[in-house]
Amino acid sequence: MLSVKHLIDTTSLTADDITQILDTARSFSEVNKRAIKKVPALRGRTIVNLFLEPSTRTKSSFELAEKRLSADSLSMGGATSSVVKGESLADTIETIDAMNVDMFICRAKLAGTPQKITEHTDAIVINAGDGKHQHPTQAMLDLYTIRENFGHLDGLKVAIVGDLSHSRVCGSLVPALKTMGADVTLVGPPTFQVDDPDYYGVPQTADLDEVIPEMDVVYMLRVQLERMEGAAIPSRREYNRLWGLDMSRVNKMKPEAIICHPGPMNRGMEINADVADCARSRILDQVNAGVLTRMAEMYLLLGGENNGVSA
Amino acid sequence: MEQPQLKAQIMDEQAMSRALTRVAHEIIEKNEGADGIALVGIVRRGAALAPLLADEIAKIEGTRPPVGTLDVSFYRDDVRRKIAPVEFGTDIPFDVDGRDIILVDDVLYTGRTIRAALDALIDLGRPKTVQLAVMVDRGHRELPIRADYVGKNVPSSHEEDVRVTIAPYDETNSVEIWTKPSE
Amino acid sequence: MAYLLKSAHVVDPQVGLDDVRDVLIDGEKIVEVGEGLAAPEGAVVIDAAGKYLVPGLVDMHVHFRDPGFEYKETIESGARAAVHGGFTDVATMPNTDPVTDNGAEVRYQIDRARHAGFCHVRPIGALTVGEKGEQLAEIGDMVMEGAVAFSDDGHGVQGAGMMRTCMEYVSQFDKVVSAHCEVESLTTHGVINEGRASTRLGMFGWPALGEELEIYRDIELCRMTGCALHIAHISTEKGLNLVRAAKAEGLPVTCEVTPHHLFLCEDDITDAYDTNLKMNPPLRTAADAAALREGILDGSIDCVVTDHAPHAPHEKDCEWEIAFFGIVGLETSLPLMLTNLVLPGTMSWSRLVEVMAVNPRRCLRLPEVRVEAGSTADLTLIDASAQVTVTEDWLQSRSKNSAWLGATLTGRATDVFVAGRRTLTDGEPTPVRRGIR
Repeated sequence: MLSVKHLIDTTSLTADDITQILDTARSFSEVNKRAIKKVPALRGRTIVNLFLEPSTRTKSSFELAEKRLSADSLSMGGATSSVVKGESLADTIETIDAMNVDMFICRAKLAGTPQKITEHTDAIVINAGDGKHQHPTQAMLDLYTIRENFGHLDGLKVAIVGDLSHSRVCGSLVPALKTMGADVTLVGPPTFQVDDPDYYGVPQTADLDEVIPEMDVVYMLRVQLERMEGAAIPSRREYNRLWGLDMSRVNKMKPEAIICHPGPMNRGMEINADVADCARSRILDQVNAGVLTRMAEMYLLLGGENNGVSA
Repeated sequence: MEQPQLKAQIMDEQAMSRALTRVAHEIIEKNEGADGIALVGIVRRGAALAPLLADEIAKIEGTRPPVGTLDVSFYRDDVRRKIAPVEFGTDIPFDVDGRDIILVDDVLYTGRTIRAALDALIDLGRPKTVQLAVMVDRGHRELPIRADYVGKNVPSSHEEDVRVTIAPYDETNSVEIWTKPSE
Repeated sequence: MAYLLKSAHVVDPQVGLDDVRDVLIDGEKIVEVGEGLAAPEGAVVIDAAGKYLVPGLVDMHVHFRDPGFEYKETIESGARAAVHGGFTDVATMPNTDPVTDNGAEVRYQIDRARHAGFCHVRPIGALTVGEKGEQLAEIGDMVMEGAVAFSDDGHGVQGAGMMRTCMEYVSQFDKVVSAHCEVESLTTHGVINEGRASTRLGMFGWPALGEELEIYRDIELCRMTGCALHIAHISTEKGLNLVRAAKAEGLPVTCEVTPHHLFLCEDDITDAYDTNLKMNPPLRTAADAAALREGILDGSIDCVVTDHAPHAPHEKDCEWEIAFFGIVGLETSLPLMLTNLVLPGTMSWSRLVEVMAVNPRRCLRLPEVRVEAGSTADLTLIDASAQVTVTEDWLQSRSKNSAWLGATLTGRATDVFVAGRRTLTDGEPTPVRRGIR
């Protein structure tokens, strides 16, 4: 049983919570290898995927996870959502809530939206990414991928590289890694660095070449081109030259070190094509881990007594 | 909360061993040998009993049937009440299609675990038959399920807890009756 | 109507009074201040023993949303909230719709306020047409209709050249320019203090420099033009030090602070994303708040204002990044000052009267109000031991977006006299039926 009712951020997860999620995800990996990739664990439970911001990867990962747990699910959002027609979040949630749903999966472009949803429903809420704030299910799949590779998380050196200040991935991955005992270094252009690295208690630098030989994991962030306002970097070309992961940098990594990226990738910008497909890359493992860890999160949050539904 | 108390030991290590030998004979007799048989232990203690039973069959027949483990956590009908800790996961290193599968568990009580195990097993393939072997049948079935092979019938009340202890989880192999913790 | 306030503890540093007195009001004026005064025929005698009587409180920075956004607040509802909070005078910012940028709009507000019959409403005119920062507004016209100060509050004048023009032009009228200091190119998308809070909650930061840089600019323009400058809602220690230095040089610079910047900070914003803590300028660090509290005590900060910013529920009950900035404040300002500073003994009653009554009048070039014979009877009577629980029902403002909902505070105004008319009676607003002059 997790110590939280909702999965809103990684800051409130304990090491035990994270370990439970990763262990449960591991037992789902057996299910996902079967011919029949489905268990009845959440049969009859209703899950609404409320995607207030376009998303293909996260949404399909959740939808697949829901199907494999036998939950009934409904996806709303984008052009089909009344939120874009000017209805308030409160009205949207209360309307859906009136239909008796058990869980909301919420992706939003505004920070704090999942927390606001909890104020308008008794259902359980999973944050599928809120603005620049957090993306906890991404952090769990990243931790799963890294732990499967190394067998542990504590003591690993992890560099998170790129568009740090616009990144909810960074916002949830850093606290989760810290909780599990990993050492994190943030690397990015000064115009992309987080306002206050001391909040995380981690070092922050602009020099990728200096840190890369020390790292066990090099985690490349997607440059949020759609979030960039003004000229925070001069060009894609210069970004690639200074902070992009190319083969010459990969060759300086420790022999056993791995490369992660949350996707979707800007090939040729933060990561070169040959690097994305090289033997160190765990990018497709991350995609697979996404389904497993999301199954685990839904199973642990919705299966237990903490949803207020008595059997 | 009052701590549970040991009321009686029903079987000791020797008695359990004898029961396993008898059950092995019954399995071989019913299936006319050990060919085509596979044992599937339900985690946790059923999975600990299954290899012991396989050893007994090997002693009699000379060949050891394959053994797998089955975790039924995701198939339980009481998931909404409590989350079963997922500790082992399912590991069945053989094809279940066309085999005679002997499900092995420690205690048969309401039958709900076996119901979940049948669902889980059938998601894995299409066995020729599924048979059930348990160390203890304590009665009080809630579903139309019965065991094909029983180590010992132990009439019990709901206020009691029937425990099979077995390595590696416990120090000794035995069957005990305990009082239930009162809240 | 005559009123005799018996045995009030009168605090007025302008006349050196901090003692128990009887005060007799007749018509619009105070006619006598003394001991053991006898009630004239027909006078209403009010037992003010144990209460404090001070010159009427002034809030020189409020938003009444009228005309244009009457669903948030009207001049009538805002003025009702003002007397409920103990104020006899409020100065209204011009970001209405249409913007208060000409004499007719000033006249409208004054007329509406007289009709409402609660308190003096003193319009502040816009510096530029439509607060667009492009063309001088009819400042002279507004002066002649009664505007007390000028400001493009809400965003400030972005162009330094335009601000220079505004200040040069205003300098001829002996009126103050109230500056909302915000360099918008530094605060684009900013919704929370840049630093710890923006990192923790994952939102675009509103850096302190965005405010401080423009305080510096406007002080230099004050030096150049000679126009009196008032820094609105100052929120950082560094900004305050800029004001201190300007004052030390003898420049005509004053400044104001809000109770929320004094008593709240960015640490109060939790992951509940309570939008009643979303302000412009944003809540800063705990160290900034401590420096502001020091500044209000040592005289560096001249006035306490509320930046009373009413918003409807749907504008606040939403995601932080799209919620409107600001909170209502008129009714909690005095209780907060009493609870947090005066009653614990940190601030004297005299200093409270300076920052909430004397100095704002001086900034707005209003006639002095003293507790002495001959002065206009704009007075506030305060029960410093009354407990107030801030609830939506208790707030008289049309909007309920207070950061202190649910809080219990100590001390409140029980009676307000505006030009001798009793518009707050035992804590209840009592409008003058035919309007006040």
